[in-house]
Amino acid sequence: MSEAVIKPEEILIGVVLRLIEGAKHVAVGANSPMPAAAAFLAQRLGGGRPHVSLQQSPKHNLFTDGGRELFDAAGQGRIDVFFLSGAQIDGHGNINLVAIGDYAKPKVRFPGSFGSAYLYFVVPRVILFRTEHSRRTLVPKVDFVSAPGVSPPNVYRRGGPIALVTPFCHFAFDKARARFRLESVHPGHTVEEVLDNTGFDFERPAAAPVTPLPSPEVLRLLRETIAPELAALYPHFAERVFGLRPAAAE
Amino acid sequence: MVEIVRPLDAAVAVIEDGMSVVVPPDYSGVAMEATRALIRRGARNLHLLTLPASSLQADLLIGAGALASIETSAVSLGEMGAGPRFAAAVTAGKIALKDATCPALHAALQASEKGVPFLPLRGVIGSDLLKVRPDWKVIDNPFAENDPILLVPAIRPDVALFHAPFADRHGNVWIGRRRELFTMAHASKQTVATVEEIRDGNLLEDETLAGATIPAFYVEAVAVAKHGTWPLKFGNRYAEDTVHLREYMQLAASEDGFRRYLDLYVYRRRAA
Repeated sequence: MSEAVIKPEEILIGVVLRLIEGAKHVAVGANSPMPAAAAFLAQRLGGGRPHVSLQQSPKHNLFTDGGRELFDAAGQGRIDVFFLSGAQIDGHGNINLVAIGDYAKPKVRFPGSFGSAYLYFVVPRVILFRTEHSRRTLVPKVDFVSAPGVSPPNVYRRGGPIALVTPFCHFAFDKARARFRLESVHPGHTVEEVLDNTGFDFERPAAAPVTPLPSPEVLRLLRETIAPELAALYPHFAERVFGLRPAAAE
Repeated sequence: MVEIVRPLDAAVAVIEDGMSVVVPPDYSGVAMEATRALIRRGARNLHLLTLPASSLQADLLIGAGALASIETSAVSLGEMGAGPRFAAAVTAGKIALKDATCPALHAALQASEKGVPFLPLRGVIGSDLLKVRPDWKVIDNPFAENDPILLVPAIRPDVALFHAPFADRHGNVWIGRRRELFTMAHASKQTVATVEEIRDGNLLEDETLAGATIPAFYVEAVAVAKHGTWPLKFGNRYAEDTVHLREYMQLAASEDGFRRYLDLYVYRRRAA
């Protein structure tokens, strides 16, 4: 693979890498290969920091006090970054992991809210990551608020969304205005494409910048060192993006 | 002497129809062989609580008609999607559902551990979960000004059910780092565990094991079930049977297919 051919996934990993800069502890949920790749990259570049915890991997699970320890540690402010997604995400940063349609008689039912209704409040930097950028997923108003994007001033809230990363672009979240702002559009995509496929209104500069590419150093590290580690955790992803054959289980 | 170690069906008999049962997530040892035994027995009207989420176990019990209700943060087979029988039952309005969020379920069981009626929890205010959970209350923090905070009521399940690496004949069950199983055992009236093996001696006499061992006074029954979490993974001891789970997802997409799955893999008692 030459550096001239940078994969879309590598650009997204580069965006997340910049968003987690300076974090001391990044927690990654299940099924998040790109956030995990960015977190491992940051750890390698930072000489062992941030701590990176993946609950589902015995090797990378830093917790020894049961499933509640992630939530307890986050409640204390020990987790700086977490990743969330949503079947629907709206322009105010509300996320829906529950259902489409009326809650009592839903048209489509999703797995459920998981820890979102808590972690969205207590983790300082929550990065929303959605691999489908469409009017179906990025909507004016979610059908069910699993977790709200913003809260009234008297509601305890240390954290919340800082960004929404999609295959087309990077939105920053403006907490004061409870609105997304188009930060950059990834190479190969256009503002028109973003507008056509986004169901909510958002702020945008007169000319949206192009998302910066990961540096050659970062790309080399990702492909040569991080990708083989990812293969043990996310074999399908590592095979698809980095062409790695599934390795023996860790 | 009281026989804590029993055959699987006798251990599972502790779980009577109508009882509430708390179960762990995939990373923590799901008692799948015991779950199949419950379905074969024709268990009915169980109230399932997942700490905090579940996959195949909840979906099977729902599809088999064993549950009257479920309280959960999610029923998901990971990247394969929501549990198909769960989604079908919820969209058809066929199951009483209490939607939750993970730390609220941990807190509700920790309250029972402590013997207190509720615990406070940050977050959640502004989530629609509050609209569908009238049993969750928001109060003003009595120690501060203008600081609303959520209270979740204690949950005391009848039975905790999980799979662990090993136990001794006294009924002490070693769980390693999966300490949500402590919370489940402490909070529940009784514990039923399946294990890979029974070890000689007393686990509590070995300091390197004792700190990760649920003492027998919480435990009602233990049964040996080799590969007891199949087709789900068991820590780093064995991986999930992905091919089987894909087959499940295909079959369970329809009611008829789900019945076929039960015939093939539950009623015929297929060995792992």
